[in-house]
Amino acid sequence: MGDTEIELSVFLQFLFSGLTAGAVYALVGISLNIVYNSTSIINLAQGEFVVLGGLGMWYFLEHLQLPFFLSFLLTITVAALLGLLMERLTIRPLIKKANLLLMIMVTIAVSILLKGLLMFKFGKDPYAYAPFTEGEPINIFGAVISQQILWVIGITFSLILLLNLFFNKTLLGKAMRACSLDTKAARLMGINVSRIVMLSFVISAIIGAVAGIAITPITLMEYDKGAILTVKGFTAAILGGLGTSKGAVFGGFLLGILESLTAGYIHSGIKDAVALLLLLIVLFFKPAGIFGSKEVIKLRKL
Amino acid sequence: MKRGKKLLGLFLMVCFIVFSLSTSLFAKEPIKIGAIFSVTGAASFLGEPQKNTVLMLAEQINKAGGINGHPIEVIIEDSKSDESQAVLSAKKLIERDNVVAIIGPSTTGESMALIPIVTSAKIPLISCAAGANITTPVSERYWVFKTAQYDTSAVEAIYRYMQKKGIKKVGILTISTAFGDAGRKALLELAPKFGIQVVADERYGPKDTDMTTQLTKVKSAGAQAVINWSVGPGQVIVTKNWHALKMGIPLFQSHGWGSKKNIELAGKAAEGVIAPLGRIVVWDKLPDKHPQKPILKKYVTDYMARYKGEPGTFGGHAYDAFMLVVDAAKRVGPDRAKIRQYIENNIKNWPGIGGVFNMSAKDHCGLTVDSFEMVIIKNGDWEILK
Repeated sequence: MGDTEIELSVFLQFLFSGLTAGAVYALVGISLNIVYNSTSIINLAQGEFVVLGGLGMWYFLEHLQLPFFLSFLLTITVAALLGLLMERLTIRPLIKKANLLLMIMVTIAVSILLKGLLMFKFGKDPYAYAPFTEGEPINIFGAVISQQILWVIGITFSLILLLNLFFNKTLLGKAMRACSLDTKAARLMGINVSRIVMLSFVISAIIGAVAGIAITPITLMEYDKGAILTVKGFTAAILGGLGTSKGAVFGGFLLGILESLTAGYIHSGIKDAVALLLLLIVLFFKPAGIFGSKEVIKLRKL
Repeated sequence: MKRGKKLLGLFLMVCFIVFSLSTSLFAKEPIKIGAIFSVTGAASFLGEPQKNTVLMLAEQINKAGGINGHPIEVIIEDSKSDESQAVLSAKKLIERDNVVAIIGPSTTGESMALIPIVTSAKIPLISCAAGANITTPVSERYWVFKTAQYDTSAVEAIYRYMQKKGIKKVGILTISTAFGDAGRKALLELAPKFGIQVVADERYGPKDTDMTTQLTKVKSAGAQAVINWSVGPGQVIVTKNWHALKMGIPLFQSHGWGSKKNIELAGKAAEGVIAPLGRIVVWDKLPDKHPQKPILKKYVTDYMARYKGEPGTFGGHAYDAFMLVVDAAKRVGPDRAKIRQYIENNIKNWPGIGGVFNMSAKDHCGLTVDSFEMVIIKNGDWEILK
């Protein structure tokens, strides 16, 4: 191998590593957006649903020895139910009375509660199960990418596609979009806003859980991983423009790749700092994020 | 009537004498030993097995007649992995409970916080944490001992092995926590002594999910081996990444690697990983004449029978700390100064769980690089490297 080829393979390796992290950030970012669009709330318990996905899958698959698809379905059912409970018990009773900041505090409380419950059930050890497909990592120009990473990226893009179809082609999806644009007008048009809010929590819980199920074979999962995932997903969403799905995906991958390239070409000790510096710079020049528009931001409550 | 009163008085007196004799004969005053562990909080993975160990040992010793007839009373305080709580616990143990010695705390930070307190109270402290600062400089650590090996000893064990294998260039990955910082410092400082060059010095956070980038850098820097220094999920992720990259150079882990759980989580990827580990991990593979073997066997089997889990390296540190105090109290009685004196001067070739201890006025840890075995993972199990 010549020098340039080695350079290329090293660069590709950094890129793949960034894609892996980026896919997860993107998924968390998207699920944050879904709740944000229907309620203007940032659900800071979103990371806990990712943890729930990973640990739940482990519980059904490894502990109860259930088949893969059944475990998968059970895990997302549990997550969906929890998302529903969270909305009915904490968001709904307050949404008309309390201000937004208080609602966000409530989601922090839920995240602490969920974290505690997960620790109570699973302890502090990390968990993992086998990748979806067994087999050797794939070699591309000297850089390797494990099959599970392809799964994660594949799942991310399929989810984006599905969500796009849902929001643009189905009546329910269109109703959700209407709510996000103008809640009052949507209500006047006969849309049951309360049900839409509930649905948004359920969908974002499911996306979080799917993300957790997909990444656990690579990253392991432990009870307290949620907070950092929320922060990174939130950063991705802000970077791309809060509320836009395209933005969250772009922001997620940009953040992941930048972290990895910083670690690779500058130093691994400062990768988080550089990522956050980038966020500050972007927000300085374009406060609405890369894909966000100023006009939309002005209309928002938060 | 008068006679009756006299008789009654006599009877009561006899009763009193017999009673007081019997209490002093059959239930001598207990010897109080204090313990401060991180039973809850961030370091509970250390404190939990330590608490269990001490409770089990105290019960065993009391069943066998105690220390020269005196039962042991262990007073365990939970520091909640917090330094100020550890200080409060120590004050309580010293002033209210009047213990003869304190064992613990579980972490280096908490141990450092207690040094001024035990020094002014003149009470022996036998820490279960690893930091070198706990017992050095030894001139300022008159009352302080520790039973966990030095981080530097683990580094020496790895470098000594590499020297034998002709490995001269290494890349290191360290986690950005106190454990990783201490390891990184030792790895960088000791390398020249063994003719080893650190060609890549990479770091990662405790919640990072992918270390492929760091490993790729290590590889392209021309390292002949990777050393990873962390505890927690990071060490498993590095192992998986190392395996996926097919790096073609060996992976070394720190002495924090010694849990069967890591092998389970890393699966196939763990094959061939090498680490310096305390003998508690491989006790069943030691030759029968090894001085630590009977102690290790009894401790591990008793613990597993009682608590349905492995005590691990950390429980072992509490075993050693507790038994040092018990041994000393057996010889010199429940006297703080004499216990300190005994541990410093009379603990020679003393087989414990962490290794064979040799305490002296110059060394209040007493363990060297020889307390580690280089262990490789083969077919999902540990194997001692010769």
